[in-house]
Amino acid sequence: MRHLLSTEDLSLSDAIRILDTAEEMAAVGEREVKKLPTLRGRTVVNLFFEDSTRTRISFEAAAKRLSADVINFAAKGSSVSKGESLKDTAQTLSAMGADAVVIRHWASGAPHRLAATDWIDAAVINAGDGTHEHPTQALLDAFTMRRHWSKLAGIPSAGAGLLGMRVAIAGDVLHSRVARSNVWLLRTLGAEVTLVAPPTLLPIGVDKWPCRVSYDLDETLARGVDAMMMLRVQGERMNASFFPTTREYSRRWGFDDTRLRTLDTLGLKDTIIMHPGPMNRGLEISAAAADSPRSTVLAQVRNGVSIRMAVLYLLLSGDSRGPAGTSKASPTTVTKESH
Amino acid sequence: MASQHQDPGTGAYLIRGAAILGGAPEDLLIRDGIIEARGLNLAAGGATVIEAAGLVALPGMVDIHTHLREPGREDAETVETGTRAAALGGYTAVHAMANSTPVADTAGVVEQVLTLGRTAGWVDVRPVGAVTVGLAGEQLAELGAMADSRARVRVFSDDGICVHDPVLMRRALEYVKAFDGVVAQHAQEPRLTAGAQMNEGEVSAVLGLAGWPAVAEESIIARDVLLAQHVGSRLHVCHVSTAGSVEIIRWAKSRGVNVTAEVTPHHLWLTDELARSYDPVYKVNPPLRTDADVQALRAALADGTIDVVGTDHAPHPSEHKECEWAQAAMGMTGLETALSVVQHTMIETGLMGWADFARVTSTAPAAIGRVADQGRPLDAGEPANVILVDPAARWTVDPSKMATMGRNSPFAGRELPGKVVATFFKGHPTVLDGRLNTPYRWLPETAEMPGTPTAATAGRN
Repeated sequence: MRHLLSTEDLSLSDAIRILDTAEEMAAVGEREVKKLPTLRGRTVVNLFFEDSTRTRISFEAAAKRLSADVINFAAKGSSVSKGESLKDTAQTLSAMGADAVVIRHWASGAPHRLAATDWIDAAVINAGDGTHEHPTQALLDAFTMRRHWSKLAGIPSAGAGLLGMRVAIAGDVLHSRVARSNVWLLRTLGAEVTLVAPPTLLPIGVDKWPCRVSYDLDETLARGVDAMMMLRVQGERMNASFFPTTREYSRRWGFDDTRLRTLDTLGLKDTIIMHPGPMNRGLEISAAAADSPRSTVLAQVRNGVSIRMAVLYLLLSGDSRGPAGTSKASPTTVTKESH
Repeated sequence: MASQHQDPGTGAYLIRGAAILGGAPEDLLIRDGIIEARGLNLAAGGATVIEAAGLVALPGMVDIHTHLREPGREDAETVETGTRAAALGGYTAVHAMANSTPVADTAGVVEQVLTLGRTAGWVDVRPVGAVTVGLAGEQLAELGAMADSRARVRVFSDDGICVHDPVLMRRALEYVKAFDGVVAQHAQEPRLTAGAQMNEGEVSAVLGLAGWPAVAEESIIARDVLLAQHVGSRLHVCHVSTAGSVEIIRWAKSRGVNVTAEVTPHHLWLTDELARSYDPVYKVNPPLRTDADVQALRAALADGTIDVVGTDHAPHPSEHKECEWAQAAMGMTGLETALSVVQHTMIETGLMGWADFARVTSTAPAAIGRVADQGRPLDAGEPANVILVDPAARWTVDPSKMATMGRNSPFAGRELPGKVVATFFKGHPTVLDGRLNTPYRWLPETAEMPGTPTAATAGRN
């Protein structure tokens, strides 16, 4: 892997390698000294053209735990807001010696542009681009699901996929980069995905995606779900007639208290409830659901740091910048070195 | 570069052994801006001899849809650079779209563009007038004043923006009947395409780029052909891009609606799959569609449902393409690749011959624009707007070597067939040996006006 731009083109072996490496990294996070020397002297730039405190601090924590130098470059209050182009910004960062650029951008495909042009010679990590993809979010979701799924099966997480796991993703799929990245990655890992949304919030062409599509959340739950992922829905969508009112949306597609009880009624005792955050409590997810023991919301945040450490490690350390699939230094070696 | 006024007495060329419209080899003798003779073994009689064995002779191409950017965006293109590109591409006339700055919505601006075109001298620049003031879609521009001006405007378009108000569109269609004008519609329902970035479909769903649905084009075309029928007017549909639009136009023509339609070279070949690169060189309006659309457009051009090829040549400065897809300008250059792309997509596929090529690139667009001395048969007594094409040539597109200032060719790096060897504009070679020669020098004003009806062309179309 040279860059991490999307999960659509992420191979099964690369996906498993990232997830397995993240398990190693998670072990670091549980130690008293949560730091590895692996990326000492390397510079990671967080290039954020869109507000995102959560994702930025997660990447920042990940890079710092690997001892990288971190530069936070927020578009607001920078030369970008004075009209500097992406090209000039990238060339500037390149001249400053950035080894990796973590980019969050409102425009779909902006990370691809950085990776495909000669503006900058650094590893590019997509931290969310427009309504396209958010690959590290999908990886941390998969990591969270894999731990749960493996535990149920009584097998170790490392090396495992998500074969047979039933995952439902409900909400504003049309505008969701999280949904897209999850659909591709979960397909690769062998899960069975169902997207649930009002027809107005599904893209034209979704019928060609490797998943089921349903307009009915209750029907989806009744078919059996092992992980229920709720997507954030912006209330303003109502003004563009995507749905009549937030209340109607909540009744039909929100994970409310009734549906939380339904999981018990249906005997789905091991079903987890996921949300990428930030949540609109009372809109797409009720407070009781968000705070229930089934909720993995905080685990997802915790796992996000491990996933981002793994991605930075695999893209930046040593020989890992060759073509995917070649043999790599085991991250285990690294953790041993850090003892 | 020749600076003398064109002396009608000096330009004499004998084109020897060219396949006229792809037929058997014949000679063409050009003198005084006219095809003096056509036949076998013509005597040179002092004319410069051009050996044209293996070359195809065609009427000079007429672009119904060109953006020359001047006045206002001379950093993107000027009339001089754009018309050099046109001559190299085999054109002897281009229709300069109205979306300049200021907008070509007054007699003054269209006359300025006309003058710039004549000063350049590479092709006949036919200004297009805006339908509405400032392309704002609110109030009719002074269409009559533009029609009566020295520019003698006959094509009116808000291209780039749709005349979406149905009442305004109806009035425009009706009004231009007074001077045999045509409204060239950019068919794009604005509410269905707010923020649109690419064709809405399987690819946009994956890329997360806002979709430009086919229905936004088709619904406007459907409305407009019904309006044109209702008021008995002439309608031209710019850059048709979908299979559904083809069906609607076919239906309208079968009902006798006076509608013509255009397709761009890029819509005859490229598809929305190219957007997967997120390279904005593939961003254009209307967007690249699917392969099913491409095949429908080719069939429609071959069977006459679509009348003409228009380039929609749209040069942009590099900074408008070296950026994020969503930030990038829409548009592609086309003047210097059109012939080759049409040869590749229509002739080498067996859908068309060179006579059909002449119809869709010259005869039909000249008729739509009421350009009387263009798109004529290559016969004795006709104006000598002639090009020579080497159909066997192969070349690789390198935008940095083009005459247009725009570097935004979607065909960059592709090997294309067919090369323009010579372009004769009013009997003068603007291109020789595949390179720019010298421009034609217009005689001072008051001389012959383009578009003046003659006995030979009266009543045409």
